[in-house]
Amino acid sequence: MVNGLVAGTILAVPAIGFTAIYAVLRFPNFTVASHATIGAFAGYVANTAAGLPAAACVGLAFVVAGAAGVLNDELVLKPLRPSGALTAAIAAIALSIALESVLRFVFGNDLRGYDLPIRRDWQWAGLRIGPQQVQNFVLAVVAMGAVFGFLAFTRTGKSMRAVADNPQLAGLKGINADAVARLVNFVGMGLAGVGGMLIGLDTTIDPLTGFRVILSVFAAAVVGGLGSIPGAVVGALSIGIAEELSLLALSPAYRTAVGFAAILLMLTLRPRGILGERAY
Amino acid sequence: MATYAGLYALLALGLNVIWGMGGMINLGLVGFYALGAYVAALAALKLGVPMIVGLALAAVATAGVGWGMALTTARLRGDYLAIITLGFSEVVRLVASNEIWLTRGTDGISGIPGPWRGRLTPAEFNLLYLSLVILALAAVLFVLERLRRSPYGRVLRAIRDDEQIAEVAGKPVRRFKVEAFALSAAILGLAGGLYAHYTSFIAPDAFVPLVTIYVVLALTAGGTGNNWGAVLGAGLVVFFLESTRFATAWLPGLAPVQVAAVREFVIGLSLILVLRLRPAGLLPERLPRIALPAAPTSERP
Repeated sequence: MVNGLVAGTILAVPAIGFTAIYAVLRFPNFTVASHATIGAFAGYVANTAAGLPAAACVGLAFVVAGAAGVLNDELVLKPLRPSGALTAAIAAIALSIALESVLRFVFGNDLRGYDLPIRRDWQWAGLRIGPQQVQNFVLAVVAMGAVFGFLAFTRTGKSMRAVADNPQLAGLKGINADAVARLVNFVGMGLAGVGGMLIGLDTTIDPLTGFRVILSVFAAAVVGGLGSIPGAVVGALSIGIAEELSLLALSPAYRTAVGFAAILLMLTLRPRGILGERAY
Repeated sequence: MATYAGLYALLALGLNVIWGMGGMINLGLVGFYALGAYVAALAALKLGVPMIVGLALAAVATAGVGWGMALTTARLRGDYLAIITLGFSEVVRLVASNEIWLTRGTDGISGIPGPWRGRLTPAEFNLLYLSLVILALAAVLFVLERLRRSPYGRVLRAIRDDEQIAEVAGKPVRRFKVEAFALSAAILGLAGGLYAHYTSFIAPDAFVPLVTIYVVLALTAGGTGNNWGAVLGAGLVVFFLESTRFATAWLPGLAPVQVAAVREFVIGLSLILVLRLRPAGLLPERLPRIALPAAPTSERP
């Protein structure tokens, strides 16, 4: 259960990114996968080459992945959005593969681990908890807290919500939809990058890091309600726990299949997700 | 190579039924392709049925899965279908890699019989199989062209262009979408079965998401909505893949991983460029001319 909660919290970070982009731009941006990998590699380079501590690397992962997200959207996806959400989704898959192959070109297919001090697990009331897990958990919670604060209290955050809610009305009120789109891409892809890095801290990274968790990320967003940020958190926690519990009955290889089953189940029973599409 | 082009043409035609005509997307094409291949292979090896029965089983199995998936998402925006199909292809790969008792895991299934394999020289076998694939392709193409010109195809296009209007006109939109998706899935499964019998060896490695991109690229480059375009596009994509295999030998000083990465990058990039620069493809869709009734009578549903 504790493991599931920690995994769910980390999963929530890229899920928020995915769902926030969906809320504003109305298309499933599959490049979340490759941007998570970009973030993981940015953090890796900062960690191993520059020797920065994990927390600083996470910040860097956010900035690099976010910047890449804005750039890729401006160059590739934005001109295609008028042709429909599904065309943009197809382009996103193609872009994801292209970005992934760039990473593969530079870094190769090898598994890489972060250079981290090894610490002993803490024992507490019969539970074993790794300090690394605690640190990841804290980092994920801090990232999420920052996003919620940003959306709730700042002017830009409010205008982002306004565009998501009703683009035409927001336009009438003088909100620049382009600027908001850029912003949501920066934040969303930045969060994906942080998520990729946090996942990498727990295990190892390779060019497929992002792709491997993407199913769980989608599942979290759909289960919570596509387009709802608190929904993504609830969904991610549910998926995290469900994946952990599935280990009791299924082989670990099927962990990611749990997400798929959850999507199917949710769409059959309650397609709007736990919190509905419009919950903020 | 020509056989592969034929298989990809089948896949592109399968995609065209839903994406070109119905406006629905399937980002897990490779999952259906893989399912068809595994069903055909297992039917031949474990049940010992003739190839034609195995192919039929493959088509029926994938159609059933597609039917269920379309039914689940028919009420929702197309985004959900995109997500669910993408997820499906990953799950198929997971099952194929892990249910070792059935699929022999990542080792793959080998020794899938082909028609008269062994009694013919490899060259003769290739030729025979090519004609078999062309035969299947011609049959599918014929059916789909008929479908495209039929009232059924017209309704599908209406749904693609505006679902609500089609609904208002009294068309059972959901049924049409589900049926079209099942038909498309059946074609993908058939292609998968043909692939299994051709290579005689299938493994989860062969069914990576990149295959989906190849097919989408083939259809988009050839002309979405145009069945001949799908065939042309498939030919171009396979030609491109094969020729880059030789061209990459000229890139000096690159590790094999890097060469593969360059190819994948080019594929991804060319799909983006086609979508951006020539979204209608090389052979744009031509709507069949419909003789309008003399008097403006209302069309029967």
